[in-house]
Amino acid sequence: MYEGPVQDLIEELGRLPGVGPKSAQRLAFHLLAVDRADAERLARAIVQLKERVRFCARCFNVSEHEECRVCRDPRRDPSVLCVVEEPRDVQAIEKTGEFRGRYHVLGGAISPIDGVGPDQLHIRQLVARLGEEDIGEVVLATNPNIEGEATASYLGRLLKAMDVRVSRIASGLPVGGDLEYADEVTLGRAFSGRREL
Amino acid sequence: MRVERLELVDFRNYRHATLDLAPGVSVLVGPNAQGKTNLLEALHYLAIGGSHRVATDAPLVRTGAETAVLRTTARFAGGRRVTVELEVRPAGRNRAKVNGQLQSRTRDALGIVRSVLFAPEDLQLVRGDPGDRRRFLDDLLLQRRPAYGAARQEYERILRQRNALLRGLRAGRQGTEMLPTWTDALVRAGATLLAARIAAVHALAGPAAAAYRDLVATAPEQDIGRDVTMEYELSTGRSVTADPHAGVPAPAELAEELRAGVADVAVAERDRAMTLAGPHRDELFLGVGDLPAKGFASHGEQWSLALALRLASREVLHEVGEEPVVLLDDVFAELDAGRRRRLADRCTRFEQVVVTAAVDDDVPLEGPRSFVHAGTLVAAWPSADDGGSADERGTG
Repeated sequence: MYEGPVQDLIEELGRLPGVGPKSAQRLAFHLLAVDRADAERLARAIVQLKERVRFCARCFNVSEHEECRVCRDPRRDPSVLCVVEEPRDVQAIEKTGEFRGRYHVLGGAISPIDGVGPDQLHIRQLVARLGEEDIGEVVLATNPNIEGEATASYLGRLLKAMDVRVSRIASGLPVGGDLEYADEVTLGRAFSGRREL
Repeated sequence: MRVERLELVDFRNYRHATLDLAPGVSVLVGPNAQGKTNLLEALHYLAIGGSHRVATDAPLVRTGAETAVLRTTARFAGGRRVTVELEVRPAGRNRAKVNGQLQSRTRDALGIVRSVLFAPEDLQLVRGDPGDRRRFLDDLLLQRRPAYGAARQEYERILRQRNALLRGLRAGRQGTEMLPTWTDALVRAGATLLAARIAAVHALAGPAAAAYRDLVATAPEQDIGRDVTMEYELSTGRSVTADPHAGVPAPAELAEELRAGVADVAVAERDRAMTLAGPHRDELFLGVGDLPAKGFASHGEQWSLALALRLASREVLHEVGEEPVVLLDDVFAELDAGRRRRLADRCTRFEQVVVTAAVDDDVPLEGPRSFVHAGTLVAAWPSADDGGSADERGTG
């Protein structure tokens, strides 16, 4: 146990995801050693993050404005909506450059163990958007794990009643990889999702 | 396949030990609590990635050490040799090497060594809870089909989520509309497990009955009605009688059956806040003749039945791929002279068998002997020792 500010910082850093007690200690002593200016720049960046960044009023992506960069972009196709769990998923899909529609960020996935149900996610807002905007297709791009699949399946049921095409992104093999290195589940999914040539 | 060499570092009571094994029969002799079983446990750990005795890895590491290393060289059909090494790290992830090459996923190193273990604990297969018999089927399937492990993990995760939802609903929280979603996931994942387990029961039926008949060898006139029967009892109320000629059931049909089963218990599920239908509540019925083996069969019959199930597992595993090594822990002492002889006859047909015994004379098999004494392997019998009493059963 250290005393005073050092221990406080170790505890705060230790609460960050992926940072264990050892790493927290190392980071704290690193910050103690660096120039005051460097430490202040980090502190300012954190404060700015909380002050300036907010969530897009339309899609809940991270944004510095009322609406995010994608929602404000007139070149995006407003008729296709991609539903993802987190803002970082938007980033991942944006990097592909393949998707020209807009997004809707749920803010997580359904997980009763963690107390997350539809009410804790931006599902009500999604349904509202379908009523207000002229959306023809919803692409469900939640994670291909149990909670993501359950969320997709829940949304599939919910949106069935509405006049909109609902699709789910495919699961399968990584491009450029070898079949023999694929895990059994992925390979199994790739088989059941095979397509005709 | 067969194991040529097993090397242990800081495993259980072994600081460092090397055991060279010949094809055919090898016998490990020593008094109780010296470390005979630990050697079989190590070999089986290399095959399945877990211990048959403990659920966590911490007891496997020698007191005072942080990790244990298990290394084996196995020889396969055609003369190919593979070295598998596992570092057991209770404080973190295990590390695995195949031919010296670090594997990114430990489970890629499992299943190279194949083994079937029969141990005194296996009496629980007959006497224990339904969970013990489900685990028997699951462990067999894990060894036969690596994808089964992932399917079971998925099912267990869905089950935990669905139970959490049911608990929330009972506590008055929102979320009824999510129940169909989790039921969908449950029946889809559950049907995969069911199809695999029923197929396994069908495959086991013939070899298990044959092994039991072979071991017990009652006179033909007594034979009638003393055969082994197996039935897979679904939580939905239906039973599937083991039948070597039955086809593999279709997962889609099982999913619908499971869906109906879940619907039947819907009220009780809400009441008890837990999922009451699914493969986690199934049972494998074992019978001798018309009677259930649990409760009706004698100690000797139960023992023979458990052994027959393990011997049948060997046949089922051998159907696909390399012949597994058979590990028999302290078996012969429990059998009468006739059964000992018949088990020994069967053992001589296996590519490799490793047998432990407290008393050498209990094992009517030719083959090299290794003597186990206080965590070391010795060439000759240590002089000042009690020679092993068969009654006390320690950690060895």
